[in-house]
Amino acid sequence: MTDTTEKATLGATPATKVAAPAPAPRGARVWRLLTPWLFLLAPLALLITFTYAPIANMVAYSFTDWDGVSPELHYTGGENYEEIFTREDLFQVFFVSGYYLAASAVQIAAALYFATILSFNVRFRNFFKGVLFFPSLINSVAIAFVFLYFFQDGGTFDTVLGLFGYHTDHAWLGTPVSANVSLASVSVWRYMGMNFVLFLGAIQSIPGEVYEAAELDGANRWHQFRHIIAPGIKPVLTLTVILSVSGSLSAFEIPYIMTGGATGTETFVIQTVKLAFQFNKTGLASAAAVVLLLIILAVTWLQRRIVPDDRVDLV
Amino acid sequence: MNRRTVLALAVGAALLLPGCTGTGGTSKGADAKAPDDPAKVSGNITVLTVRTDLVQDGTMKKYAAEFNKIYPKVKVEFQALTNYEAEIKIRMNTEDYGDVLLIPGVIKKSDYPKFFASLGTQAERSKKYRFTDFTTVDGKVYGQTPVGVMPGFVYNKRVWKEAGVTKWPTTPAEFLAGLKAIKSKTDAIPYYTNFAAQWPLTSWTFVNGSVHCDPQATTKIAEGDPWAKGSDLRVGDTLLYDIVKQGLAEKDPTTSNWEESKPRTAKGEIATQWLGTWAIVQFQDAAKKAGVNPDDIGFMPFPAQTDGKYCSTIGPDYNQAVNVHSKHKEAARAWIDWFTDKSGYDKDNLAISPLKDAAMPEVLEPYEEEGVKLIELDDSAGAKVKLIDDESEVGINKPEYRQDLVDLARGAKKGSLDDFLAGLGNKWTETQKTVGD
Repeated sequence: MTDTTEKATLGATPATKVAAPAPAPRGARVWRLLTPWLFLLAPLALLITFTYAPIANMVAYSFTDWDGVSPELHYTGGENYEEIFTREDLFQVFFVSGYYLAASAVQIAAALYFATILSFNVRFRNFFKGVLFFPSLINSVAIAFVFLYFFQDGGTFDTVLGLFGYHTDHAWLGTPVSANVSLASVSVWRYMGMNFVLFLGAIQSIPGEVYEAAELDGANRWHQFRHIIAPGIKPVLTLTVILSVSGSLSAFEIPYIMTGGATGTETFVIQTVKLAFQFNKTGLASAAAVVLLLIILAVTWLQRRIVPDDRVDLV
Repeated sequence: MNRRTVLALAVGAALLLPGCTGTGGTSKGADAKAPDDPAKVSGNITVLTVRTDLVQDGTMKKYAAEFNKIYPKVKVEFQALTNYEAEIKIRMNTEDYGDVLLIPGVIKKSDYPKFFASLGTQAERSKKYRFTDFTTVDGKVYGQTPVGVMPGFVYNKRVWKEAGVTKWPTTPAEFLAGLKAIKSKTDAIPYYTNFAAQWPLTSWTFVNGSVHCDPQATTKIAEGDPWAKGSDLRVGDTLLYDIVKQGLAEKDPTTSNWEESKPRTAKGEIATQWLGTWAIVQFQDAAKKAGVNPDDIGFMPFPAQTDGKYCSTIGPDYNQAVNVHSKHKEAARAWIDWFTDKSGYDKDNLAISPLKDAAMPEVLEPYEEEGVKLIELDDSAGAKVKLIDDESEVGINKPEYRQDLVDLARGAKKGSLDDFLAGLGNKWTETQKTVGD
C-alpha cells in the first residue's frame, strides 16, 4: 500500500525531476536509502569502537571488584556506588574545583573583555589576537613543566617580581590556598585563548550595519556591548560556561603534573586515577568516573533549565 | 516512538552489554626449564626493561652480544618502558607482554602462576640465590632479580666532614644534630626530600627492619599497627618529620627537582638524601659529569643500632620473570639465568649480587669496617601487606602519605604528628579486620 502511494507521489511530480524518467526502480531506491548510512559507516564504527564500547566497558567494570589486571573479577552489584556516596573523603576533593570555578569566571570575563576590545579597530589587533591565542597551541604537559620552573623558589616568577622591587620569600606551591590559586591561574592562562577565539568569532559574525545603525542612533561603546554584542553572543557564552563548569569539575593535567595532587590540590579526576592505578581499585575508580559523568550531565541540564537557549535575532 | 527515544534505548542496550575483559592470564601454569645445550636453544625473545637509559646508550645491546656468544641462536630484543607499572598493567590484559618481563607490583602474588612460568622450586633455587621467597607461590619460584638493593642515606662526605661529623650517627637525635651542624657550618642544604618527584619519599618505608634489626618486620606490619609506639616505620617517619619541622630540608619541597638533586649532591650543595644503593652509581656519574670527585659520594645506614651494631636490610630489585604465554620459554629462561649469573650487570651498577656466594661491592667497604649487620626480610606476609595497603588506601609504598607528613611538618597542613600517625594506624587496623588471612 505504501509502495503504491509513494510511486503515485513520485509519478505525480515528473516535471521537477528532469533526469529521472518516471518512478525509480526498486534497486535505486534501496541504494538511495542506504547511501547516507554507508557514508556514516566509517565514523560510526570509529565512534562505537573508541568511545561507546570503552564507556560501556567502564560502566560494566563499575559493578565489579576488578583490580585492572587479574583474570578474575566478581560482580559486586552497587557496592562501588554505595562506597562512593557514603565516603565523604571522596567528595571533599570537589572543594578544590571551587578554585577552578572561580578561575573560570575570571577567565570568561577576561576573554570577553579582550574579544570585545579586539573586535573594534585597535592598533596591532592581529598581533594581540596571536598573543592571546598562543597558549592554546601549546600542549598542557609542556605548560605544566614551564610553570613548575616558573613557580620554583627563585624561579621566573620570583625573578620578575624582583625586577619590580618585590622580594617575596613565598613558596607559591607551598600551602593549599597558594598552590590551588597558582594552579588555577595557570589554567586561566592556558584556556583563556580558546574562549577568546570563540567570543571573537561570535562577535565578528554580528553584521557591521548593526553597529553603524547603533552609532547613528548615538550609542557609545558600552551601549554597543550591552545591547548588541552581549545578546548576540549569548549562545556562545552559554556554551562556554557549560564547558568551563565541566572543565573545573574534571580539572586534571595541570595539577597532576605540577603537584601530583599533593598539598591539598587533589581534584576528583586525580583521585580517580590514584584509585585505579595506585590502589588497583579499577571497579571503584570506574564507578567514580561514571558518577563524575552523571554530575556533569546534571549540572549541564540544570544550567540549561535556568538559562534557556533561545534564539536571538538582532536584525 | 520518536527517533530520540530509539537512540536512547540503543545506547542503553549497548551500555548493558557485559564488558569484554581482557584475560591475559591462564589457569594452567607452566615451567620455564633451563636449556641443556646452549647451542641448540633458538628463538626471538623480547625483554622488557625499565632501564630506558641503558637501551638508548647501547649498553643492553652489548649484554645481548655477550649472551649470544654462549647462546648463538637466540635473538634478544629490548623494549624499554618509561612508565613501566602503568603500561605493563594494560599490556598484561593481553597475552603479548614480552618473553622476559619484570614482575610489576600490581599483580597479586597468588596470580603469579597465571602470568609467569615457574623457574623451579624454592628448595632448589634458594641454595644458590638470595630473595627467592619474594616470588615464591606454593613452593615454586616465579622471578629472579638481577641485583639486590639496600636502603640508606646517600651523602656528601666532604660536607659532613666540614660540619665536623666524621662518624656515622647512631641515633635519630645524633643524625639531626649532624644535619644542624651542616646547616650552621656549611652552605649546603642538610637534607633534600625530593617531595615533587614523589617516589623518593616512598623509600622511607624501607627503614622497616633496619631500626630493630628484625627479619620478621614485614610480618609485624601485616599483623599489627605499623605506627605503634617505637615501631620501625614510626621511628623513620618521626625522623623525616623532625628533619622538615626543624627546617633542615630544602626551603620549598613542592618544587624540588630530582635530576638536579644528583649533581647538586655531588657538588656539595645538598648534603644528604634517603635513597638506596642503586642510587650510588647515578650520583657518581653525576659527579663525573659535574667535574667533581665521585669519591665524595658516601652511603650510610639508618641511624639506629641494635646491640651496638648498625643493621641494614637487603631486598630484591624488580624480579625478572618468563611470560607464561611465551613461545620460547627455554630461551627466555636462558636469558634470565645468564643475566643474573654471568652478565656482570650487578658489578656494572655497583650493586649487591643476588648470588649467595658473591662478595659485597666495593662501595660498601665502610659497611664491612663498621660491621653493619645485613638482614633479609622474610616476605611470606608480603602479599597480605600489599592487600591491606590497597584496601585501606593508606599507601605505605605510595608517596601520598609521606607528602602529607612533610606538609604537616612544614605547617602547610594542620594537625599533630601523633594524630596523623594514629589516623593511619586506625585505617590500617580497621582494614586488617576485614581482610581474611
